[in-house]
Amino acid sequence: MTVAIDRATGKRRGDRAPRPGRMQRLKHSYQKYWYAYAMIAPVVVVLGGLVLYPLVRGLYLTFTDANSLNSARTIGVNHIDATYKFIGLDNYKDILWGPTSYDRFWSHFIWTIAWTVLCVALHFCIGLGLALLLNQKLRGRTFYRLVLVLPWAVPTFVTVFGWRFMLADGGIINSMLDAVHLPAPSWLEDTFWQRFAAIMVNTWCGVPFMMVSLLGGLQSIDGTLYEAAEMDGANKWQQFRFVTLPGLRSVSSTVVLLGIIWTFNQFAVIFILFGNTAPDAQILVTWAYYLGFGQQPRDFAQSAAYGMLLLAILIVFTSFYRRWLNRNDQQLAI
Amino acid sequence: MSTTTLQTPPAEQAPGYDESPRPARRRGERSLTGKLVSHGILIVASLAALFPIAWLVFLSLGPDKDDYLHPGRIWDTMTFDNYSFVLQHTNFFEWMKSSLIVSLGTTVIGVMVAATTGYAVSRMRFPGYKKFMWVLLVTQMFPIAVLIVPMYQILSDLQLIDSYFGLILVYCSTAVPYSAWLLKGYFDTIPFEIDEAGRVDGLTPFGTFFRLILPLAKPGLAVAAFYNFITAFGEVAFASTFMLDDSKYTFAVGLQTFVSEHDAQRNLAAATAVLIAIPVSLFFYLVQKNLVTGLTAGGTKG
Repeated sequence: MTVAIDRATGKRRGDRAPRPGRMQRLKHSYQKYWYAYAMIAPVVVVLGGLVLYPLVRGLYLTFTDANSLNSARTIGVNHIDATYKFIGLDNYKDILWGPTSYDRFWSHFIWTIAWTVLCVALHFCIGLGLALLLNQKLRGRTFYRLVLVLPWAVPTFVTVFGWRFMLADGGIINSMLDAVHLPAPSWLEDTFWQRFAAIMVNTWCGVPFMMVSLLGGLQSIDGTLYEAAEMDGANKWQQFRFVTLPGLRSVSSTVVLLGIIWTFNQFAVIFILFGNTAPDAQILVTWAYYLGFGQQPRDFAQSAAYGMLLLAILIVFTSFYRRWLNRNDQQLAI
Repeated sequence: MSTTTLQTPPAEQAPGYDESPRPARRRGERSLTGKLVSHGILIVASLAALFPIAWLVFLSLGPDKDDYLHPGRIWDTMTFDNYSFVLQHTNFFEWMKSSLIVSLGTTVIGVMVAATTGYAVSRMRFPGYKKFMWVLLVTQMFPIAVLIVPMYQILSDLQLIDSYFGLILVYCSTAVPYSAWLLKGYFDTIPFEIDEAGRVDGLTPFGTFFRLILPLAKPGLAVAAFYNFITAFGEVAFASTFMLDDSKYTFAVGLQTFVSEHDAQRNLAAATAVLIAIPVSLFFYLVQKNLVTGLTAGGTKG
């Protein structure tokens, strides 16, 4: 029986018989592909039920004025039916152009972009620096590596608690700053310092992943390339610029994309560091969560609309990123 | 913080190196100053990585909830009382049970559902392949905000709020596509000749997969399983929202209950945090080598 394993058999496409009739084509394609479809069926079913259906339902909610007071709910034995109504695109209009849209959406939007860019840049630079250091012959290299991976090994929700205690008023960081006569900012109250603290903590959490992936990339660069560069008289900087960086390109374009997506969606750090106390330091994800679940009455419709906008931003960004990579003759390596 | 110091370019660019009159130095060897600077930066970075966790351990030994204000006092009154209190008088073991049920459930379902798909997209090309891969990619970047509201309503309709199964279902929405991606990367590294040999010997594609490829793919399956476990274990948003009964909290939710707006039992929170962190990080170190290769193995083919 013909199956679609063309990569396994090296079967050529292209030299086909004249195009058969529709029924025959259907039958043929069924015979040829049914294995593949049977194999992806479980995931298709799961995605349909757990992603597509909620997505459609969420999309519908964004066109309504649903909140926790008019949604269907059960109190004790009484069941109350949903009474929310269809209001079209009003939610989106309100979020993007409404009277207080700057305070509610755009300020968080700008902060989210700044947060993503700064965090990923810091992750990447520090991670690359440490990976380069760890890639040399150095005594105790394994030990350093084990210690430096620690922030990744311990679950984020645990370490962020540690940071919260350290950053608290009178916590160790402020005591130390006091001891050296530096001003002690109120990390968890003042907006600027909240943002500073959030970036600091997230950088601390995210560097090990970058470091380890980039170290893997560095180790896969062919050593003879460096020898050749040396023969051609390249100095260390030129070797770094023209051998190391190009050699890392495929790994780094992947980890940077992953880093951007993860940082943009980072929930745990900000949620645990501040809870509901810091409205100005919330990025869009945690802000959407706050609208839907952190306040009373819960504004389901707006929260879902934020979610849709976030997804749209990410999809647009990823498509551009891929196109940009393709233009530079690179494949995305996920 | 260390963040600024670390970006200094690697130490081998120490001035004077290029004009060095000693050409006898072999590749990969560094000058003494270069080595010292490397060690210095690495030590500072290691301290920065270690300190918050060490501090958490230290705080967990102090008996009073306000000891974090005067850490000096802890040296004299060091005790394991917090640990015994957490183990005896809180829901620690209940939380552990919930965490394990939910994480293991997600792990098993995620890998089992995704395995055949990973194989299919690694080996076969079928109409709709590109669209399917795109869907797999996009579902991985769903922000929690997209699904949390509709999921909440759907689970309420199904009476699955506050149930382990409901939470497992929610986690599967990300675990399944992610595992499929990871597994595709791993299957790509298994030579196609093996499939060919199986096919020549008369196995169906299912037979090839189950008898030949699956046994070879055990390391890949382990990596996917581990990723699912870690993600489900550390997830905060869904768990905080969907689990209402405090005996069903996972660790990520339970830990938050120590610190509320009115009262902060920081010493107990620190002790619980340490108790959670030790087994998880040990486990992490055991498998971390495979972890990294697993993530980047898929990296060579698009």
